[in-house]
Amino acid sequence: MTGHVSIRLASERVNHCVATMNEPPRFYTPGEVITGMQDFMRGHGTYTEDDCLKASVAGVMEKVNKLICIRPLKSRYVGEIGDVVVGRVLEVQQRRWKVETNSRLDSVLQLSSVNLPGGELRRRSAEDEQMMRKHLQEGDLISAEVQSVFSDGSLSLHTRSLKYGKLTQGTLVKVYPSLIKRRKNHFHNLPCGVAIIIGNNGYIWISPQNHEGVMEEQKDDDTVDQQSVSRSDRETMARVKNCIAALVASKMMLDDTSIMFAYEESLKYDSVKDLLDPETMLDISFLTQHRINNIMEE
Amino acid sequence: MPATDLLSSQGLRLDGRRPNELRRIRCRLGVFTQPDGSAYLEQGNTKVLAAVYGPHQASKSKLSTEGVVVNCQYSMATFSTGERKNRPRGDRKSQEMSMHLRQALTAAIKTELYPRSQIDIYVEVLQADGGAYCACVNAATLALTEAGVPLRAYVCASSASMAAAGAGSAGPEPLLDVGHVEEAAGGVVLTVAALPTTGHIALLEMSHRLHMDYFDIVLSRAMQGCRDIEVILDRAVRDHLAEGWTKQDVMTI
Repeated sequence: MTGHVSIRLASERVNHCVATMNEPPRFYTPGEVITGMQDFMRGHGTYTEDDCLKASVAGVMEKVNKLICIRPLKSRYVGEIGDVVVGRVLEVQQRRWKVETNSRLDSVLQLSSVNLPGGELRRRSAEDEQMMRKHLQEGDLISAEVQSVFSDGSLSLHTRSLKYGKLTQGTLVKVYPSLIKRRKNHFHNLPCGVAIIIGNNGYIWISPQNHEGVMEEQKDDDTVDQQSVSRSDRETMARVKNCIAALVASKMMLDDTSIMFAYEESLKYDSVKDLLDPETMLDISFLTQHRINNIMEE
Repeated sequence: MPATDLLSSQGLRLDGRRPNELRRIRCRLGVFTQPDGSAYLEQGNTKVLAAVYGPHQASKSKLSTEGVVVNCQYSMATFSTGERKNRPRGDRKSQEMSMHLRQALTAAIKTELYPRSQIDIYVEVLQADGGAYCACVNAATLALTEAGVPLRAYVCASSASMAAAGAGSAGPEPLLDVGHVEEAAGGVVLTVAALPTTGHIALLEMSHRLHMDYFDIVLSRAMQGCRDIEVILDRAVRDHLAEGWTKQDVMTI
């Protein structure tokens, strides 16, 4: 391995700030009194003490009528019904899988909420329970949707659609959940020939686009999607991954538009690994921010 | 028992501070990307890193349905003191420190919110120059804030000592934020971890003996130190927030 390592002094580090016009909002920090009045409702990130409403996390206030919430800059994923998530199977249990989704508690995927090969109306038998590990194994990555949220905050997932299920070939990028923009659609086929799943839980799955358009359900053998991915596809995936890393370093919101803009801006750098250079990352996110601002103005 | 030679005749301490002055505190939030929250804090020459993981699913043996389980680990780097020494994690001193850290931080964390979860807090002392415990508590508070863990208030720790009436000084004087030299010179060290906004004391520890008459003034000086530290930490948190929010579209519903 050739040594291409750059170690910098702390004083030479790049500040990833991308300046925007809007001035920072009012911040609240733990223990700070938000209001002394009684006629407000206590939301997330707040608590009442001595007849005062106080903040318990550091962040900005969100107010809906009388409900006051404080939203922190960064926290674990808080699930909502209908969210698209990407997760990793941790455990195979009796009639369910435990899935890690960057949430406070492990999520559950019931055997009854997956599509088993053989159509919707099939009866689930004892064999299915024994075959669970063949369907999803420990360490497998899946995409799923949040079906319901239990009272303790843990999530119940389902994969009852052809777009959800096991993820086979691709790259996983972990970012923090507050950077993901909530959109109608979280599955995107980017024009550059890469498919991405932007999970609401901050896990982003980058995979080569499946050209033939066949779903894997027809072929339930172990050779599913084991064909090799071409070098150019892998390079594009790596480029998308590095673009996401650049946007995250500048703490910009992620959705298909911003990722696509960043990808287009990155094309002026030939080598993919150059994108990991802090100056380049800043350049890409700066140009992306500029383009997003242009769109907003129009 | 107050030590005699901690204050000079001009009223200055061994490192040139006045009795009520803290050492310089510099801190940074978000130094790592992997943990949920992290912070680096320097208090004089004492340098500490803290990392917070969680809240995440508690392991089966620790799981509690009442609230979140706080798990602390205190460790010192081999190069942290003058003498280079391999320090195993589970030794008596670090176990005690971990327990004390846990006590102080559990007082601040709103544990009842997350049943069946666990928060792991790892602190590493990079350079120990007295008051390592205080620096650890302060760094852990910053890391918890960065991780978005709900806290009642900041928990800050500070130490105080007592200097006897020396030649030329007015009388016995409490000293704030004890450094290594002063610790080694003998004399009492009172360590306080408190929630300054509410005035609650989370942990109180004292080495050596101190006359009852002096206790109140030493404690009030340490509490004053906690309040001063809170101001510094709060400013650091706000700076960090300002840096992060400028790039996010603030969603106002």
